[in-house]
Amino acid sequence: MPKELVEVRNLGMKYQSPNGEIEAVRDVSFTVKKGEFVSLVGPSGCGKSTILSIIAGLLRPSAGSVTIAGEPVRGPSKKVGYMLQKDHLFEWRTIYQNVLLGLEIRGTLDREHKERVLSLLKTYGLYDFKDKYPNQLSGGMRQRAALIRTLAVDPEILLLDEAFSALDYQMRIAVTDDIYGIIKREQKTVILVTHDISESISMSDRVIVLSRRPATVTAIHDICFSLKERTPLACRKTQEFPGYFNTIWRELDVHV
Amino acid sequence: MSMSDRREHAAISSERAEYLKRMKIRRNAIIAARVIILVLFFAVWEIAANLKLIDPFLTSQPSRVVRTLTNLYNEGDLFRHIGVTCLETVAGFLAGTVLGTGIAILLWWSDFACRVLEPYLVVLNSLPKIALGPIFIIWIGPGPSAIIVMALAISLIVTILEVLNGFLSADPEKIKLVQSFGASRLQVFTKVVLPANIGSVINALKVNVGLSWVGVIVGEFLVSRAGLGYLIVYGGQVFQLDLVMTSVIILAAAAAIMYQCVVWIEKKLVKNPRIY
Repeated sequence: MPKELVEVRNLGMKYQSPNGEIEAVRDVSFTVKKGEFVSLVGPSGCGKSTILSIIAGLLRPSAGSVTIAGEPVRGPSKKVGYMLQKDHLFEWRTIYQNVLLGLEIRGTLDREHKERVLSLLKTYGLYDFKDKYPNQLSGGMRQRAALIRTLAVDPEILLLDEAFSALDYQMRIAVTDDIYGIIKREQKTVILVTHDISESISMSDRVIVLSRRPATVTAIHDICFSLKERTPLACRKTQEFPGYFNTIWRELDVHV
Repeated sequence: MSMSDRREHAAISSERAEYLKRMKIRRNAIIAARVIILVLFFAVWEIAANLKLIDPFLTSQPSRVVRTLTNLYNEGDLFRHIGVTCLETVAGFLAGTVLGTGIAILLWWSDFACRVLEPYLVVLNSLPKIALGPIFIIWIGPGPSAIIVMALAISLIVTILEVLNGFLSADPEKIKLVQSFGASRLQVFTKVVLPANIGSVINALKVNVGLSWVGVIVGEFLVSRAGLGYLIVYGGQVFQLDLVMTSVIILAAAAAIMYQCVVWIEKKLVKNPRIY
């Protein structure tokens, strides 16, 4: 098995519509190793979510290729779990029914998988709430439930598409810490898409900076902190943090 | 019962008790006012007719309605007429709902078909379906089948449009979520689109109940030998306003009961209360 779990090669994407052609992504290449946490940072609407949708197999690129564990992506892969901006828990299902959704769709709703889901719910403090409906849970718990729904199908790679950005600021910092802890414990490889520089630095091993549309790779930074136990909140307080922030800020070249 | 309710039972403050009491009084006042309006309406009707303020030959009166009702019952016709009309309405209602929802599903499935048929649906929707009545009678023959088809014609297009609109407004992000799990088009429908739209299907049902009644009564006006619509038309032709008024009142009661049935079904289907 190759060391690189995800390989994105010369990716290009053009959207066609009656009003014309929009080039969202141009010649983007990067790789992600097993266990790595990589962020794609770029201005809003730059095409970073498009890249994620292509990796998830929901969109076909117009140029280039994506391989996961050496296999080209041709549709939604069993190795990939996708998390969107909002938790999108179905309000007509209980928490337990919600987290079983992926297994249900893949047709692997057997006792073994159900037990695994129950143990995930227990480990992450949602077992007592499993028969509640989403609107009875706090925003943080809902995010946990959404993560467990993704983890239930046991993906190797998690794609987080502006995840948590629907939450208010304080809640977001707390949820980020919480979800980060769970992801590291479950030893997942992560690709996070965000426009929030601080969020990307505080969570990632590597930050890939993207340009405005069409998205191209501006720079790639390895992020290292002199911390024994890394949490997103602790990272924000380190000496290295402002340096990374300023570099990426300059590269994003934001104008009002 | 929600969590907050349970907490209140444990320790209820005097302000809370005061509030609950006020609410209860208000609720009872509303019910009382409703009953009073109904009683007053029939009382004024009866008295005005007795005092010859209104002509009971033209307006009938409650005591005559009761007499007509008893006569119909004694002749054994009452439940036959009610039965015929209700049966036709239920049949038209079910056919409209099932067929309408089915067609809406097909149109959701095929965007191409949906686009192709759009202008036809718009025209059919604006056409007064009652105009089709004579055609149905000639094609199907005078009888209950033509009446059911009439009811179906009136409710079908509205159902299709209402339900399809609901389907098309399903959250694309939720659809993306299930697709990321590898969901097929059928799974997208059964896991997201349909459950997210139980509400709009139920709303279509509620509208359909009313429309089916319209269709059936119109159908019975045009062609029938039994049913409440027949009684109304017959009563009108022989200038028996007692019979007309009686039939209208029965009709109101039957329609209300059927509407309540739909509300009951709604409660059964939508188990998760949205408001806590």
